[in-house]
Amino acid sequence: MLSYAIRRFLGAIPTLLVIITLAFFMMRVAPGGPFDGERRLPPEIEANIMAAYDLDKPLYQQYFLYLGRLAQFDLGPSFRTRDFTVTEMIAAGLPVSLRLGLSAIVVALFFGILLGIFAALRQNKAADYSVMTIAMIGITIPTFVTAPLLTLMFGVYGVSLFGLNLSLPVGGWNDGALRNMILPVTVLALPQIAVVARLVRGSMVEVLRSNYVRTARAKGLSSYRVVTRHALRAGLLPLVSYLGPAIAGLATGSLIVEQIFGLPGIGRYFVQGALNRDYTLVLGVVIFYAALIIVLNLIADILYRVLDPRVRYE
Amino acid sequence: MTIRVFPVLSLFCLLLTACGERAQPGDSGAAAEIVLNRGNAGEPNSLDHQFSTTSTESAVITDLMMGLTTAGADGNAIPGAAESWETSDDGLIWTFHLRDHNWSDGMPVTADDFVYAWQRLVNPDTAAPYAAYVYIFENARAIAAGEMPPETLGARAIDERTLELRLETPAPYLPEMLEHATTYPLARHVVEALGDDWARAGNYVGNGPYKLVDWLPGDRITLVKNDAFYDAANVQIDRVIFHPINDVAAGLRRFRAGELDTLDGFPMDQIDWLRTNMPNELRIGPALLIACVVMNQNREPFNDVRVREALNLAYDRDTITQNIIRMGQEPAYSIVPPGVANYPGPVTFAFKDMPYADRVARAQQLMQEAGYGPDNRLSIEFSAGPTQDARVVAAAVQQMWREIYVDTEIVQAEGRVRIANMQSGDYDVGPYGWIGDFNDAYNFLFLLMTENQGLNYTGYSNPAFDALMHQANLEQDLVRRGDLMAQAERIALNDSVWIPTRYEVTEHMVHTYVKNWITNINDENRTRWLSIER
Repeated sequence: MLSYAIRRFLGAIPTLLVIITLAFFMMRVAPGGPFDGERRLPPEIEANIMAAYDLDKPLYQQYFLYLGRLAQFDLGPSFRTRDFTVTEMIAAGLPVSLRLGLSAIVVALFFGILLGIFAALRQNKAADYSVMTIAMIGITIPTFVTAPLLTLMFGVYGVSLFGLNLSLPVGGWNDGALRNMILPVTVLALPQIAVVARLVRGSMVEVLRSNYVRTARAKGLSSYRVVTRHALRAGLLPLVSYLGPAIAGLATGSLIVEQIFGLPGIGRYFVQGALNRDYTLVLGVVIFYAALIIVLNLIADILYRVLDPRVRYE
Repeated sequence: MTIRVFPVLSLFCLLLTACGERAQPGDSGAAAEIVLNRGNAGEPNSLDHQFSTTSTESAVITDLMMGLTTAGADGNAIPGAAESWETSDDGLIWTFHLRDHNWSDGMPVTADDFVYAWQRLVNPDTAAPYAAYVYIFENARAIAAGEMPPETLGARAIDERTLELRLETPAPYLPEMLEHATTYPLARHVVEALGDDWARAGNYVGNGPYKLVDWLPGDRITLVKNDAFYDAANVQIDRVIFHPINDVAAGLRRFRAGELDTLDGFPMDQIDWLRTNMPNELRIGPALLIACVVMNQNREPFNDVRVREALNLAYDRDTITQNIIRMGQEPAYSIVPPGVANYPGPVTFAFKDMPYADRVARAQQLMQEAGYGPDNRLSIEFSAGPTQDARVVAAAVQQMWREIYVDTEIVQAEGRVRIANMQSGDYDVGPYGWIGDFNDAYNFLFLLMTENQGLNYTGYSNPAFDALMHQANLEQDLVRRGDLMAQAERIALNDSVWIPTRYEVTEHMVHTYVKNWITNINDENRTRWLSIER
């Protein structure tokens, strides 16, 4: 298995190089540069800035300069934010995005799996339909609707229950205080709960009909043990392949959730970097995102084998 | 493998609370500490004032650092690091007498700190984006272009606290101009030791009312009162926290929830709700800002003044400001906004008081003279910004111009693409806006000078206009100077050089317990003048 992991890892390097090259040149194709504003700079000032950022050199030279720095694990200076390098910006935002994203995944897994099993055990009954309907709603209502709604309810108007003030902060990170995390994690988790519940229900319905589950039942095992010991393990397989990309997506942050809650994660870097033509920032995020997906997919494949003894590596 | 609920739950709790117990910086210490939470319009690019280009940066920097002059509570220039100054008879040499005051690390602020800062600003190696702001300083342009060494800049320290500044042309507006962050001093002993890292938290040394505590990117910038500030006795707020607000709708919810005490800007579509429900918090006032539509005069038929005037006449400013953009903007008929200092204006279009129907009739007549009519319509492109608001305005204009035989195609492009097109002269007509750097008419009219290749998007060039502006540049008498510039503006309006559309407004939300917030045209509301009385 170790040699498999190493082979996969080495195989990822050319992939990464292709991604970097494509991203580098695609960014440059877009008209306008990082220092173009509506207020145009005098030519001599513009020339000074171009020289300071090596933008006056031919594009291929810039490309190799960038690769050279990258080989030393230096993502370069940001073209917009002067006081922080790209590495520093990602390092500052990543813990925030990770905490939010992983919390949301854990919440989503817990409630999603529970609801999925519940629906599968009551297949085609009222309980099943109501869970799946709610899940459908969870998937279809976008976060830019749920987030403002929840902030209005819990922050601006305030909620109190039995004389208990349940009001929550509308925004801000506040060094990751629990109160500040509840709303964004909820918003991030809601659609994921729905997806997880549907996935689990689908595969569980199938697994519960299979021969080895019938055998387990025939042995006289309790329904609880049949589900937790036998059915669940196979029933979670489709979830594993879904989780790789889902974790990568959530851990790299969400632009919408970050903007609405004013959170300092890395989700906004990609979009704002692209709009500002902050070449190094966009590249830094692309590289990071690509590497994360490669690693998570590898982990998912290894987990697959742990869960399903039929899977073999060649 | 068994899925156990307990470990999952405890992992979840761990993730949520991993840093939850950490105390908030404002919580400890004196309970009476007065904290102001400001919603800033975005994340600053840098706190090094020589790399500040927008109000996002200067909002923070002006609390940390002070120039020779500084903004008073009403935004007007008052003596800052300089106690007094005098001007030579020809208006070219200014001598500033510095106040006896210290940097936040205890070292004295000297005239040399200003000379050092300005030499660094224009040094080509620094590559400061806003260096052209001081091109009025002797030799500044030549130094920035690499033709002369930085030491030849027309600024020198006569002694520890006397600073001499030589200018290329007289500038009666210099005190207003020196309020701008670009001209602020640098603590030479700090910058020479730390280089570009001097502006980071932990290194930052300033002479302003506040000190930098920390900057968590995308999260907050925290400042505390600087006890070494010369006027610290009158500074009431102990701690200022700047929160970057990238989404004004979300910012407004945080403001309403009381998490922010002030907020820069608000969502345009909520203006009616705000006027009804938060009239005392809504602060709108005239701004040093003009919005217009520019026409590419290097292209047919916009080189024809009749076409330009017709487009101008048919642009119904009242409809736009009353029905579409309703933040309190006034319809604009001039290039220099009203309320600008040292100016006899407003100089306005003659058709300002003409009813709209008559304007359209006159515009149709002009278009026919230029060779267009119902059977020979003019097709043009309107390059609008990417937002929904931009599209709505463009669609309204399209409708207005249809009346005068013009078929307008709306081309929407992402911000930088649009700007790049306009700068390279690849456009017909498109919206443009200018924010004044300082309160003087020159800062608006210079946009139309032939030599201002970078900012004059229209390609407009009129020797008579240029001559009057040059003459005004040499004039020291403020009244005569104002008259010369007014004559120049009259020429530009007769040439229908722009379609001025609306005078923009300053937009803030300020809770009523924040006292002494004076809405002003300079849009300067520094924390040192504010207080909180609940």
